[in-house]
Amino acid sequence: MTTASVTQNFQGSRSLPKWLAPTLLAVAILASFSINSALASSNPEATQLNLFAVALVAVITYSIGFYLASRIIEGQRKSADRLVTILVTGAFALAVIPLISLAWTVVERGAARFDMEFFTFSMRNVVGAGGGAYHAIIGTLEITGLATLISVPIGIMTAIYLVEYGRGALARAVTFFVDVMTGIPSIVAGLFAYAAFVLIFGPGVRMGVGGAIALSVLMIPVVIRATEEMLKIVPNELREASYALGVPKWLTVTKVVLPTALAGIATGVMIAIARIIGETAPLLIIAGFTASTNFNPFDERMMTLPVFVYTSYANQGADAQTYIDRAWTGALVLMLIVMILNIIARLVSKYFSPKG
Amino acid sequence: MSMRIELSSLNVYYGSFLAVEDINMVIEPNSITAFIGPSGCGKSTLIRTLNRMHEVIPGAYVKGNLTMNGEDIYSPSVDPVKVRRQVGMVFQRPNPFPTMTIKENVLSGYRLNNNKMSKSDADALAEKALKGANLWNEVKDRLDRPGSSLSGGQQQRLCIARAIAVEPEVILMDEPTSALDPISTAAIEDLAIELKEKFTVVIVTHNMQQASRISDMTAFFTIADTGLPGKLIEYDRTDNIFSNPKEKQTEDYVSGRFG
Repeated sequence: MTTASVTQNFQGSRSLPKWLAPTLLAVAILASFSINSALASSNPEATQLNLFAVALVAVITYSIGFYLASRIIEGQRKSADRLVTILVTGAFALAVIPLISLAWTVVERGAARFDMEFFTFSMRNVVGAGGGAYHAIIGTLEITGLATLISVPIGIMTAIYLVEYGRGALARAVTFFVDVMTGIPSIVAGLFAYAAFVLIFGPGVRMGVGGAIALSVLMIPVVIRATEEMLKIVPNELREASYALGVPKWLTVTKVVLPTALAGIATGVMIAIARIIGETAPLLIIAGFTASTNFNPFDERMMTLPVFVYTSYANQGADAQTYIDRAWTGALVLMLIVMILNIIARLVSKYFSPKG
Repeated sequence: MSMRIELSSLNVYYGSFLAVEDINMVIEPNSITAFIGPSGCGKSTLIRTLNRMHEVIPGAYVKGNLTMNGEDIYSPSVDPVKVRRQVGMVFQRPNPFPTMTIKENVLSGYRLNNNKMSKSDADALAEKALKGANLWNEVKDRLDRPGSSLSGGQQQRLCIARAIAVEPEVILMDEPTSALDPISTAAIEDLAIELKEKFTVVIVTHNMQQASRISDMTAFFTIADTGLPGKLIEYDRTDNIFSNPKEKQTEDYVSGRFG
């Protein structure tokens, strides 16, 4: 035979027509709308249509209809694919909707007091309207900064020990205690710091640095874990290449291994900071709360943003709404600080990661 | 500069496991010595004992005698770091430092050891080492690009440049061409032949044509069975090993009837 006959071996089943998905969606929304209206009119207590219920019923109706249509037209394999796509998209939406809702609520309610006064005034002698979180922002930045200064060297050096040097019982014990530390409730960390400071300074002590130490207890294991993972993925070939050039081990670690892992370590540190910057309970115990600005973390009470939010909400004064407004703005500022830190971490990992 | 290496009754261990047993051989200076043999026979383990890289693996150690120009490199007073400065190594897979540029990679043997040098000295040394590795013409216009931007064969020559920049006496190559194409392989083989003018070169290879093309001496290793130590079966001039081997096992291996 000189010309082969054309076979149909690879032709698939029919696929869904393009108009089906939008039509189905429109039908689902209409159906859901009418069902919900009917229910609302039969229920005298319902004053208005519940939009959330409309959307939920519409999405479920649409998903089931789409799956059945695919099953009938396209066959089992493709309909299974469509079903899983619907489930995965649904799971993603479930995860993201609360996040968007939370961010939106904080921005919406925090905007009322997002003004210069909030960033330049403390709460000293403020009753009712006005005032700001200047003292709390200072406190949060100082205490978190101190906690980072304490935790990052300890965390990175511990991780270097575990990955590059640790063998045998001591390394296993360190790993075990790091795991235990990861699970310490934050209130226990606060009580630990308080107890330690009471031993030195006597009962009733309040200090910003105590808060930093409590936060370090929470931060160190996070830094160790993140750094450990980053050091482990540095290829062993690079260490061997360095040894083979006659470079001693400590220089290999500091000049080959650490720079290679730097981007990942920086990201890990930022995540650890984001993890502790919103801690309330330990700071409530050891750093206390105050209405005045205090720059010295080694003396007297220090306000922090999470504690500011908590006390504004818990101890509302005469003009309650102004306290609630301040609490929301405090939460908004805290979120913005974490966001800025995340952007910095992104930039660091972009500029420091190995190129090529 | 190059060194004469003598191994006598050398046993190499991983913990309690004896990996290579009773090696006696002399590696002559200014020559290329090839280690051949089936996978797992201990060639790579043995070459790593020549610059004390073997003991980087936890639990690994060596018994017996290994001298370079008569000096025992495993004597307790010897610093392994100093041995490695005299004995350079090129690995199976090219491993340039990813955080460094091409030039920094070449100079890494100095820079990582905190040795300061003037910019002109550094430029001259980088050029000399890259010329020595036959890479200069390909990279001279992009010395500040990352080392990992080069092709596999160029990266391997970059690693050779890095190794010869510190002016060692011995160059060890552990299957340096097994990850490369034939053209890059030919470039590395030519380079190895040039390198023996100045250095003692030891090369592990799975490619018997490569051993017969470039080496002066060939050592054939094998193991009787899994779990048993690797042994040196025959060590002779390369043409004897490939045309007139004394041992039956060597003949079977080089003619392709075994392993």
